[in-house]
Amino acid sequence: MPSERIITAAQAIREALGEALRDRPETYLMGEGVADPGGIFGTTKGLIEEFGPDRVVEMPVAENGLTGIAIGSALMGQRPIMTHQRVDFALLCLEQLFNTAAKSHYVTGGKHRVPLTVRMIIGRGWGQGPQHSQSLETLFAYIPGLKVVMPSTPYEFKGMMHAAIADDNPVMVLEHRWLHYVNGHVPEGPYLSPLDGPKVVKSGDRATVVASSYMVLEALRAATALEHVGCSIEVIDLRVLRPLDMTPILASIRKTGRLVVCDTGWKQFGIGAEIVANVVEQAFDALKLPPARVGLPDHPTPSSLPLAEVYYPDSTDIVKHIGRLCGLSPDAVDKACTEVLAVRQGVPIDKPDPAFKGPF
Amino acid sequence: MNTTTTHSRDEAAFDPVLGVSLYREMVRIRMIEEEIAARYGEEKMRCPVHLSIGQEAVPAGISAALRKTDQVVSTHRCHAHYLAKGGDLKAMLAEMMGREAGCCAGRGGSMHLFDRDAGMLLSLPIVAASIPVGVGAAMAMKQRGEDNVAVIYLGDASVEEGVFHESANFAAVRKLPAIFVCENNLYSVYTPLRDRQPDRPISELGRAHGLHTVEVDGNDALGVYRAATELVAHARSGAGACFMLADTYRWREHCGPNFDNTLGYRTVAEFEDWKGRDPIESLILRLEGKGALDAAERQAMANEITAEITEAFAFAEAAPFPSIATAADNLYAL
Repeated sequence: MPSERIITAAQAIREALGEALRDRPETYLMGEGVADPGGIFGTTKGLIEEFGPDRVVEMPVAENGLTGIAIGSALMGQRPIMTHQRVDFALLCLEQLFNTAAKSHYVTGGKHRVPLTVRMIIGRGWGQGPQHSQSLETLFAYIPGLKVVMPSTPYEFKGMMHAAIADDNPVMVLEHRWLHYVNGHVPEGPYLSPLDGPKVVKSGDRATVVASSYMVLEALRAATALEHVGCSIEVIDLRVLRPLDMTPILASIRKTGRLVVCDTGWKQFGIGAEIVANVVEQAFDALKLPPARVGLPDHPTPSSLPLAEVYYPDSTDIVKHIGRLCGLSPDAVDKACTEVLAVRQGVPIDKPDPAFKGPF
Repeated sequence: MNTTTTHSRDEAAFDPVLGVSLYREMVRIRMIEEEIAARYGEEKMRCPVHLSIGQEAVPAGISAALRKTDQVVSTHRCHAHYLAKGGDLKAMLAEMMGREAGCCAGRGGSMHLFDRDAGMLLSLPIVAASIPVGVGAAMAMKQRGEDNVAVIYLGDASVEEGVFHESANFAAVRKLPAIFVCENNLYSVYTPLRDRQPDRPISELGRAHGLHTVEVDGNDALGVYRAATELVAHARSGAGACFMLADTYRWREHCGPNFDNTLGYRTVAEFEDWKGRDPIESLILRLEGKGALDAAERQAMANEITAEITEAFAFAEAAPFPSIATAADNLYAL
């Protein structure tokens, strides 16, 4: 029974952080802007008033140093929650995240634990351009010892934030900023949404779409339109990139025999490449046709609107791949594409999609 | 030389009991390091080694001023810091030989020495990487209302890294119980300090960050101890973070068991000059002056230490390697 209450993902995150700060004295927030009036797109708004500057640490502009400091405190039993307003800034922390956070538990034979949560926000649109909107999740997913999660709905944002904070490992939470605006049913009080792997969010039997983060919403919209032309597809929300659990994906492929992967990052060397490689290795016999990948083209994110319009994939790309893999008629594909475009109401690609308000 | 040193050899305040204990600590470190060097060619210790011979006074003096619950973080050159803080010798040698009984269960090698029970929090091989971790330990102490301190060992090259400045800035602005101890041994591998930094005292960087800063002779264990006692009291009281600059000298090569004066990156005259300031020999002279430690007592001490080292090497050599089946263990904490 879903909660009746509907709030945005940003509010859900703020609620999770507030609950964690209240219930766990060893937690603290740290980030550039966590104590700002805006509060990281509303996700930390007002927490400084309730918890003060020792629990809501407005940090100097020193990402790598402060990541090491968070790790050091975590080794001593604290549970830091670090926030980067853009994942692009987190590039300055890679040394500490990759070398110290990811390896401390392993290299000490399990004696050290690093219960660190790092929130990294992926921007998109309004001319954010090449260094304010990258989807760098595969960088982190490459490193053994890190956990990497990408929530897609307000329910998941709150539950996975609680699970990340409770986890004794360094957990990278990549938040798509456009998902902050999305509404959904969210229970009051703390709950855990386990960091245990992918979830089927829509059942179907003709093809499998594995999507992550914002692309889950695009995939669900494509699925609805495809349903209207008689093609039932399964949509899997990847949720947890590392450690990667292929079980639900392989089960789905054994049912459908067709695979489209779509994520928010670059197609080349992206998450989709890893998913496809695993499917080919472990379920090649079940595939009826070669898998398809939907991702960003092989160049940096341009700022200008006409260039951005052809940069970001959307539901129509998913529909077209499914149409080809499932042998749909050109008419059926056109009809489904027309439907998803109509839902978007002609809003330019550099603005959040009004149809994605939810509730999800 | 672009650093200043303050020699605080106040003989009136010289406590012979403390002097003997500092002597023993330094001799123990040196004898262990020399044994590692002597046995390195056997290739049982199959990892890089960064020996601390010549630099024993700083960790001996610092650790004498610390409690067990105070935390220390170190660098690639971590043997002396680990030993002086009370790190387990058998676990250290077993680690260097890749055994399951090693402090890192054979996963780390010589540059990851740590001993939680001794307050040796961690060592990291990447230059300056452990600095923020030590500051983070200090922050946790403050957040939890404990009156412990964190000592952060760093080398002269560390202050060239941005993360040193990020960490020092934060420790100062938050008045954390952190003590930065910079061992200036004048070389980053083969590159001299003068080629890497302008002609200004490294300690000025500590002052510029608002850290309570002192300079000491890094080869004078008593002087280091006295300065450390004052800095530890300062940090423990909540008065803020501190910085100690200690000039010292590495006798052997950057990495490995040998002397490397033939390479030409430093002069034999310079080496001999620093060797003339051997922290152990100079303390012997002072102790003898007080009638505190004669040759027979020193020999008895050496015999004791030799027995300890022999036993520890035997333990490490007999310790089993990790089981291959455990290679992926502890990737994630459960």
